Amino acid sequence: MLVLDIFIHLILLILFPPFLIGFINKVKAWTAGKQGPSLFQVYYDIEKLLKKGAVYSSTATWIFKAGPILTSASLVCAGLILPMMRNHSTFGFTGDLIFFVYLFALGHFFLLISALDVGSSFEGMGASRGAAFGTFAELALFSALAIFCIPAGSPTFKSVFTALPWKTWGFAHPAYLAGALVLLAVLLTENSRLPIDDPNTHLELTMIHEVMVLDHGGPDFAFILYSSSLKLLLQADLLIHFLLPFPSHLTEEGVLLLLSGILGIGILIGILESVTARLRLQRIPQFLIGAFILTVLGLMISFYRGAP
Amino acid sequence: MQVLILISLLILGTVPLLILFFAENEKLILAVGTIGNGAACCIGLTAALGALITGETCSLKAVWSLPLGKVAIGLDPLSSFFLVCIFLVSGLSVLYGNGYFSYEIGKKKLKSPLIFSSLLTASMVGVVISRNGILFLMSWEIMSLSSFFLVTFENERREVRRAGILYLMASQAGALLLFVLFALLNRNSGSFNFNSFHISYAKMPRTADLCFLLALLGFGTKAGFWPIHIWLPEAHPAAPSPVSAVMSGVMIKMGIYGILRTLLFLGTPPLWWGGVVLGIGVVSGILGVLHALTEHDLKRLLAYHSVENIGIITIGIGLGLLGKALNNPVVTFLGYAGALLHVLNHGIFKGLLFHSAGSVIHAAGTRNMEELGGLYRFMPVTGSAFLVGSIAICGLPPFNGFISEWLLYMGGFIGSSHFFSTAGELLCLTAVPALALIGGLAVTCFVKAFGITFLGNPRVNIPVKIHESNHSMLIPMILGSFLCVLIGCWPLGILNIITPAAAVLGGGASGTASVLKTLARVPYFAALLFILILLFSLLRWKLLQNRDVRTASTWSCGYTTYHTRMQYTASSFAEPILTPFASLIHSQIRHGKKVDGYFPAEARYEKHLGDIAHQKWFLPSIRKAVGFLSQLRILQHGKVQLYLLYIGGAFVMLLIWLSIWGGH
Repeated sequence: MLVLDIFIHLILLILFPPFLIGFINKVKAWTAGKQGPSLFQVYYDIEKLLKKGAVYSSTATWIFKAGPILTSASLVCAGLILPMMRNHSTFGFTGDLIFFVYLFALGHFFLLISALDVGSSFEGMGASRGAAFGTFAELALFSALAIFCIPAGSPTFKSVFTALPWKTWGFAHPAYLAGALVLLAVLLTENSRLPIDDPNTHLELTMIHEVMVLDHGGPDFAFILYSSSLKLLLQADLLIHFLLPFPSHLTEEGVLLLLSGILGIGILIGILESVTARLRLQRIPQFLIGAFILTVLGLMISFYRGAP
Repeated sequence: MQVLILISLLILGTVPLLILFFAENEKLILAVGTIGNGAACCIGLTAALGALITGETCSLKAVWSLPLGKVAIGLDPLSSFFLVCIFLVSGLSVLYGNGYFSYEIGKKKLKSPLIFSSLLTASMVGVVISRNGILFLMSWEIMSLSSFFLVTFENERREVRRAGILYLMASQAGALLLFVLFALLNRNSGSFNFNSFHISYAKMPRTADLCFLLALLGFGTKAGFWPIHIWLPEAHPAAPSPVSAVMSGVMIKMGIYGILRTLLFLGTPPLWWGGVVLGIGVVSGILGVLHALTEHDLKRLLAYHSVENIGIITIGIGLGLLGKALNNPVVTFLGYAGALLHVLNHGIFKGLLFHSAGSVIHAAGTRNMEELGGLYRFMPVTGSAFLVGSIAICGLPPFNGFISEWLLYMGGFIGSSHFFSTAGELLCLTAVPALALIGGLAVTCFVKAFGITFLGNPRVNIPVKIHESNHSMLIPMILGSFLCVLIGCWPLGILNIITPAAAVLGGGASGTASVLKTLARVPYFAALLFILILLFSLLRWKLLQNRDVRTASTWSCGYTTYHTRMQYTASSFAEPILTPFASLIHSQIRHGKKVDGYFPAEARYEKHLGDIAHQKWFLPSIRKAVGFLSQLRILQHGKVQLYLLYIGGAFVMLLIWLSIWGGH
C-alpha cells in the first residue's frame, strides 16, 4: 500500500501538473463561449520544446542554464513533502511545513537570479517585481499557515490536517475562512494568475512572471513550463487540504477528493480569470498587504474567541 | 583545554610585540602576523571545540595587584561556543588578510592592522572567558579601541575618519552604560566576580529591570540593535574587508554574548523582558534589511544585513526568554539554540560575503553596485562564494541559514500553539510573520546584490583589468562556502555541540529529542535535492546533445544597439518593494530642471535614500546638542591669562570650601 501510495504520488507530481493549466484554459474558453485549446495543450507545448535546440545569450553564465533545473528540482522536492491523497505524506516530518515553503523560496531565488543573468532590462524588471510580490506573498502565506497551525501545536502537515475540526465543519470557522481566502490570494499571486498578472498577455512592460523567462527557450523553457504548472498544482493541493477532510490511508475516497478538489480550484481560477480584470501594478502590494491584514484579523478571532 | 586557550592568547599577545620590536620589513610583518595569528586561531579553535564537545567547565583564579578582587577566568559551554565562533571567523580572516594586505605592501604601513587584529582577537577571547567584571570591562575596552584603529586604517579618506569617530563615540557611550551595569551588580553582591552576581527578579524586581535595560542598551550598541546601530553601516564599510568580516562576523556578537551572560545573573525573567527583546529583534530585523535594500554600496549593504541578522538572533533570545517566562522548555531550547546557531552561521556566511565583497572591491576598484556587473565571468570563485553566502544568509535550504531560522520558526509556532489565549503565546506568534517578512526581503536584497554585481554586463567601463584574487584570499572563501553547506546538510553534527551551550542558558533537555530527530531527516532531503538536480541536468544534457545550440545577444525588444546602461540597476530593482515601506525610510529628493515641453532639454532628478534613525533622529538631536553646548565655548577662548585666572579662582574656591566645611 505504501509503495502504491508513493508511486501514485510521484506520477501525480510528474505527469499531472500540465493538465491543470490545460483545464483552467478550457474553463476560461467555455466561459467565454469558445472551444478553446485541447486539455492536453500544455503537454504538446512541453513536448515541442523538449525537441528543440537552444539559443543562449552571450552574457549568460551557467546560472541561466541551471535556473530552470534548480527551480524544478526544489519544487519536486517540495511536492514529495506535501500530502496528496492522504492527510500526510510518507516523506513528512516534524516542521515539514516550513521546509516546504522554503523550498518554494529556493526555487523562486534561482528563477530570479537566472532572470538577471542575461542583463536585459525587461528581465530585470520582471525579477524586481517578482521578488517584491513574492516577499509580500510569503508574509501573507506564513501568517495564514499560522492560523491553521495553532490548534495542531506544530508546523507539521500531518498534525495540522488531523487537528482541523472536521466533524464540526472545521473550515467554516471565520479564522479558517480568512486563512483559506489568503491562501487563495497567495496562490493567484505566486502563479501569476489574474487579478495579479495575466497569463495571456505578451507585452513585456506589464508582465511579471513571463518577462522573467523571456530569454529561455527549448528544453530550458520546457522545465520552466513544467515547474510553473507544478507550482500551481502544489498550491492548489495545499489549499484543498485545508478545505476537505482527507483520509489517513490511501483510499479511493482520497483520490476522488484530490481530483475533485484540484479540478474545483481549476474551475474557480478559470471563472475568476474570466470575470476579473488585472490590478494596476501599484495595487498589487496593497492587495497582498490586505491579505496579510486579513490573516491578522483571523488570528485576532482565534485569540479572543479561543482556537477552534 | 584551558591551557591551550591560554597558549593561543599568549601567542596573540606576543605577535604585536614581535611586529613592533623586531620587524621593519613589510613582508616579514605580514608573514609574522599571518603565521602567529593563524597558529593561535588554529590552537584556540581546536581547544574550544574540544571543550564544547566534552562539555568542560573550569575556572582559574589568580592574584592581581589591582585592588578589585582577583583575576578570574573560566570556561563553560556558552563561552566555549563563542570561542569557536571567534577563532573560526578570525582564523579565516587572518588567511584572507594575508592575501588582501599583500596588495598593500609598499603602499601603506601594515604594522597597525596586523597588531590590532591580534589585539582584537585576543580581547574578544578575553571578553568571553573573563569571570570578573573589571577584567571583562578591560577586555571590552581593548576590543573597542583596537577595532577603532582597524576601522581607521585608511585614515587618509575623510569619510573613514568620520566613521571612526562615530564608532568611537558609540562604543564609549555603550561602555558607559556597562560601567553603570557592573557597578550596580557589584553594589548588590559586594564583589566583581561573576559567580557572586545574583539579582533575582523575584526578590529585587526594580534593580533587575534596571540591569536588564542597561545591558540591553549597553551591549545593544555593540550588537547594533536598531536604532542604536547607526555606527555600524558607517564603520564596517570603512574598515578593510578582512577586518569588516571579523567585526561583522564576531565582534558585534560580543554584544549578544554580553546580554546572554547578564541574563544569567538575573534569574527567571518576567514576560515583558521577552516581549521587549523579541520586539527589538523584529524591529532590527525588518528595518535592517529594508535599509540594506536601499543601499547600492556593496559593503554598506552587508553592514545593514548585520543589523538584520542581529535582529534574527535577538528574536531567538526573545523566544528563549518567553519560553522561560511561559515555563515551556521546548520553546526556550528552540529560541536559544536557534539564536546561538545563527550567531555561528552569521559569522560564517557574513565573513564569506565580506571576503568576496573585498575581492570585488579590490578587483574593480569601486563599491558602487551601479557601476558593477558581469563580474562572475571574470571572478568565478569569488562569485560562487558570494552566491553560496547569499543563499545561506537568505535562510534557504539546504544551507546553514535555514537550520537556524527553522529552529526559530519552530519556536514561534510551538510557543503560540494549542491554547493561544495568553499574551505570551501571542508574542511568540509575532516571530513567525516577522521571520517570513525578513526572509522575503533578504531574498530580494541578495538577488539584487548578487544579480547586479555578478551577472549581466559591467554598467560602466571599468578602467582596470578585472582579475580573480590570489589563493590566500580564495581559500578562506572556499572553506567558508564548504562550512555553509556542511552545517546546512548535516545539522545534527553542529546541533549536538550547541545543545550544551543552550542548556547553560536554561534550554533544558526534555522535549528536545523530537526536534533533533527531525533534523536527522535533513541530510536525506539535501541528498534528494542534489539527486533531482543531477537527474534534471542529465536529462537536459542528453536532450541538447547533437542539437543546434547557439549563442546570440540578449533579446532587447527589437533595439539594434544594445547598451549596458540599459540594464536594470540596483536602485530600480529595489524600487517596487521599497515603495510600500516609504514611511520607514528617509528619502531626500532634489529636482533640478524638470522635463518640460515636447522636446525636453536636459533634466535632473536625484533621490537619496538614507537611514531614518541617523538622518531624522540622531543628526538633528546631535546638532541641537552641539548648538546648545557650543555656548560653553565662551569659556574656551584660548587666552592663557584667563585660564590662569580659572585655576586661581578654583584654588580660592577650594580654600574657602575647606575653611568653612573642612572639619577638624
